[in-house]
Formats: sequence, structure tokens, C-alpha cells
Amino acid sequence: MTDTPAIACEGVTLERDGRTVLADVSLTIPQGCFVGLFGANGSGKTTFLRALLGLLPPTQGRITVMGQPPAQAACHVGYMPQVRTPAGASLTGYDLLGSDIRGDRWGLPWLRASDRAAIKEALEAVDATVFAARRLGELSGGERQRLLIAQALIGNPRLLLLDEPLASLDPVRMRDVAERIGTIARARGMTVICSAHDLNALTGVMDSVLYVARGHARLGPVDEVVTSASLSALYGAPVEVCRSPSGRILVAADGL
Amino acid sequence: MLEYEFMRTAFAASVFVALLAGPVGWFLVLRGQAFAGHALSHIAFAGAAGAVLAGFSPLLGLFGASVIAGGAMGAIEGRASAQRDVAIGLVLSLALGFGVLFLHLMTRSASLANALLFGNVLGVSPSMLVSLGVFAVGGVALLAVMSRPLLFASLQPELAEARGVKLRLLSMLFLMLVGAATAECAQITGVLLVFALMVGPGAVAHRLGLSPLAGLVGSAVFALVEAWGGLVLSWWTDAPVSFWIALLGAVAYVLSGVRIGRGFPASACLAAGRESWDKPERQQASTRGTDNDARNAVACGWSGSAGGYDGNAGSGAESSRRRGG
Repeated sequence: MTDTPAIACEGVTLERDGRTVLADVSLTIPQGCFVGLFGANGSGKTTFLRALLGLLPPTQGRITVMGQPPAQAACHVGYMPQVRTPAGASLTGYDLLGSDIRGDRWGLPWLRASDRAAIKEALEAVDATVFAARRLGELSGGERQRLLIAQALIGNPRLLLLDEPLASLDPVRMRDVAERIGTIARARGMTVICSAHDLNALTGVMDSVLYVARGHARLGPVDEVVTSASLSALYGAPVEVCRSPSGRILVAADGL
Repeated sequence: MLEYEFMRTAFAASVFVALLAGPVGWFLVLRGQAFAGHALSHIAFAGAAGAVLAGFSPLLGLFGASVIAGGAMGAIEGRASAQRDVAIGLVLSLALGFGVLFLHLMTRSASLANALLFGNVLGVSPSMLVSLGVFAVGGVALLAVMSRPLLFASLQPELAEARGVKLRLLSMLFLMLVGAATAECAQITGVLLVFALMVGPGAVAHRLGLSPLAGLVGSAVFALVEAWGGLVLSWWTDAPVSFWIALLGAVAYVLSGVRIGRGFPASACLAAGRESWDKPERQQASTRGTDNDARNAVACGWSGSAGGYDGNAGSGAESSRRRGG
């Protein structure tokens, strides 16, 4: 089973609002791999994640998730969307996570004892139990983000798609959340695709990087992809990659 | 007062109206669509006036116009909220304008206009009671069936979409239900005061911090208490039922945010009591929850204003500042 790649894209072209976002992308992500997804705003990170969820069918090529078409594999996928102003300020974290359980089926929002256990487990995994009984409107940005990560973890998915889980966090909390996700993923053998802006927040946690720019994508180990030559080719413009003695990476572009 | 048939009918009609309007209002507040609900009542008014002009019963016009308009609103959903509010506002005034025109073209407009705008629950006939009952029971059944996906879609639309929830279908069905609830409410409060009986109880349930299921049941109960309270007070004082309902709605909204004892709002005590499966954290939750009650109350009533969650470091400091001041 683990021989099946978590994600396989063959010649995939994605369009959004008539604009080509990714063109002829082929890549394979093995199971258990932690991939950092990088690229400028509007470069197609969210579009790519939506395609993996089956919400956006590719105009060309084929995507398989866990060896299945994306829509059929959705039950194996946990997803944390990029949300800025969620509704329900008067409800608690328990209510938020509870709404996810069987949320796609008709009926009353009734929770069984096993559902409550699943919620508790997901909350404990991200240390969010302490504030899960407080109203969402009272929580800080970081606390909300941890709840959303917990929500993505419910049901123990095999593939975790996280869209900017570190956005609007301070550097210390950013690192803390990234390491937490990494630990959980390793312990459960989950495949993770995590989009982010700062490479350094995920160094040491991620196994590979996926860089998207100008419709192209490049997947590989950090040391191979994040180099001046490789990123310059991807962006079609001179890009300089500097490394500090402590291993920190700085990506800078001339004239951009 | 119960020896009179019209009073018994009025009390029974209130049960049906509250049963549907309360839970629908809870979702309206959750989804930040209270304004859309208000607009539907004006469209219902135009529908009722138009139906009478064309020789049909006003009830048919009320239900027809608001349910169809609700479905249409749900279908065009998804635009930016500012743009949406302007569009809804324009449709609202257009509908009211047509309503005025229809009334102008009728001869017996004064009493009808009064009944439509401010309600005439004491004039509900037994046959109207049957129609109200059918719509209420059908509406509540539909809401019960769709409540789980609707809750999910309201809280996390992107995630729900990824799980295969049909957002547009849900939105259409829900706003059609809002239309039906509006038409029901208009029988009691009139179209101008639908907000008091539909959105008021739902907002109170949110301010009290009830969990979704408790909130849905609670808002139906609050709506019923408001409607029956309005009838009783009207009987004693001879003031219109609609006036008392509007007053009770406003009082309930204010009381649900009032602090009891040393800075403890009623809501925090309720919120603390409801998570029985997590005792240690519960204590902490209830004490920390008190600080931001005012801000939270505003945020839950109008979810659009609940911005500014971004700074995570600032929240604790802000809480303590509020406590000090």
C-alpha cells in the first residue's frame, strides 16, 4: 500500500477564471513525505491544493491521490483552508470541530460519544484543549489556527493539506506550530503538503519543497531546489539564494 | 382570555411561527444574513399587496413572494458582502415601492396596509392557522434535515465544499426557509417587525453562548415566550401585540448580555455549564470568558464586525486592559 504515491500528477494543467495557473506539471509525492509548498501570492498554491481536493478538475492531465481520483480520495484527506474571518464567534472550539463531523450528511448536528472522543484526541494533538471551550470570538489568531489544524486532523487522515497554517503567527509560535505538525505527521505516517511564505519556518520539518512560479512547479529536496540557479530558472529572472552560517535561507531577487 | 376563540387561535398560531422563526433566526445570525432576512419581509409585503390587487389571498402572496425571492437570493450568493448589502438594500426599497403602488391602486388599502405592515394576529382564521401549521411543520422538518450540513457550511464554507457539501443548494434552500419563516412571522408582527421575532431570539441564543443544538431549541423557545408574552401583555394593556413583541425582543437582547454579580455575564455561566466532558478546562474557560463579553456580543450579532483576530499576542493584553478599565 505504501508503494502507491500519495499524490501523482501527470501533465497537469490547471486553469482558474480562464487563466492558466499551472501548465503541464508532472510530479510524484511518496507517502509519509512532508512537502513545503512555496511561491509568490497568486502563483497557484491554493489552486493546486483545491485541485488535490477534487474541487478543481484539471483541464489537461491526470491527478491521483492515494491511487484514486481526488474526489474519491477526499475521505483520506484532511484540509485546513486559508481562512481569515470565520463565522460563529459565539460558538466554541468544540462546536467548530463538531460541525465537521459527518458535516456532509443530512441530519441534526448530533454528536456521539465516539465523535467527542475523536474531537478530544484531535485537540490534544495540537494542545488546544485548554481553550477549546472558549468562544471563537475571544481567541487569538494563533489559537484559532491551532483549532483549525485540529479540525484537519479529525478522523486521522492519510494526507494533510494545510493552506498557510503559519500565516499571521509570530516567529516563535510559527516554529512551534510547524514542529508540532511535523511531529504529528511523523508519528502517524501522514503525508503533508503545507503552503507557507517563509522557508525557514519549515526547515528541518519538511522533507521536500515544492516551488510554484509562472505556471511551473519544481519538487525536490531543499538543497537542490532552493539554489540560485534552480530558482532563477523557475522564475525566469535572476534570483539569489543566500545561506547564513546557522543555516537560515534568504531568497532575494534583483529588481523585484 | 382563553375563553375567546380568536385568542386561542392566536396562541396556537404563535406556536407555529416561533417553531420555525426561532431556529431559522439562529442560522441567520450565525451566517451574518440578518439583513437578507429583513429584506425578504419587504418583498413579502409587495407580494401580499400584489396578490390582493390581483384577487388572491394575501397569505398566498406573502409566502409566494418571500419563498421565491429567498431562493433567488440564495442562487446569486457568493459576492463580496458590501456589494451584496447594497444589492439587497436596493431590491428591498424597490419591493417596498411596488407595495406602496399596489396599495395605492386598491380602494380598501388602509386597513390592509396596517395589517400587513404591523400584523394582525388576532385576525388569524382557523383556515389560516392550518396553512401556518403546514408551513411551520414542513419548514422545521426541512431545517432539521439540513441543519448539520448548514452548520458546517456556515462555519467553514471552504472545508464543507471540499467534503462535497453543495453550498449553493444549501444557501438557496435556507433562504427559501427564511422566506417561509418571514411570511409566518408577518402574520403576527407584520412585515416591518419580522426582525423582532425572527432574528431577536436567535441573537439572544448566540449571546448566551449556547451550543448549536441548544441554540436552535433555545431560539424557538425564546421566540415562543416573546410571542405569547406579547399576546398576554397586549390583552392586559390594550397596546398592540407587535409593540410588546418588539419591546420584549429588545429587552431579551439587552438582558442576555447583562453582567450578574461581579462582572459575570449570564452568558459565561451558561457557557461554563454546558461542556460537561471537559471539567478542568471549563473553569478556566468561564473566568477568562467574562472579559470580552461586550466585544463578543457585538461580534456574534454581526459576524462581519468580528475582524481583528490577527494579532495573537495582543489578545491577552487587551483582556487585562478591559478588566482594569
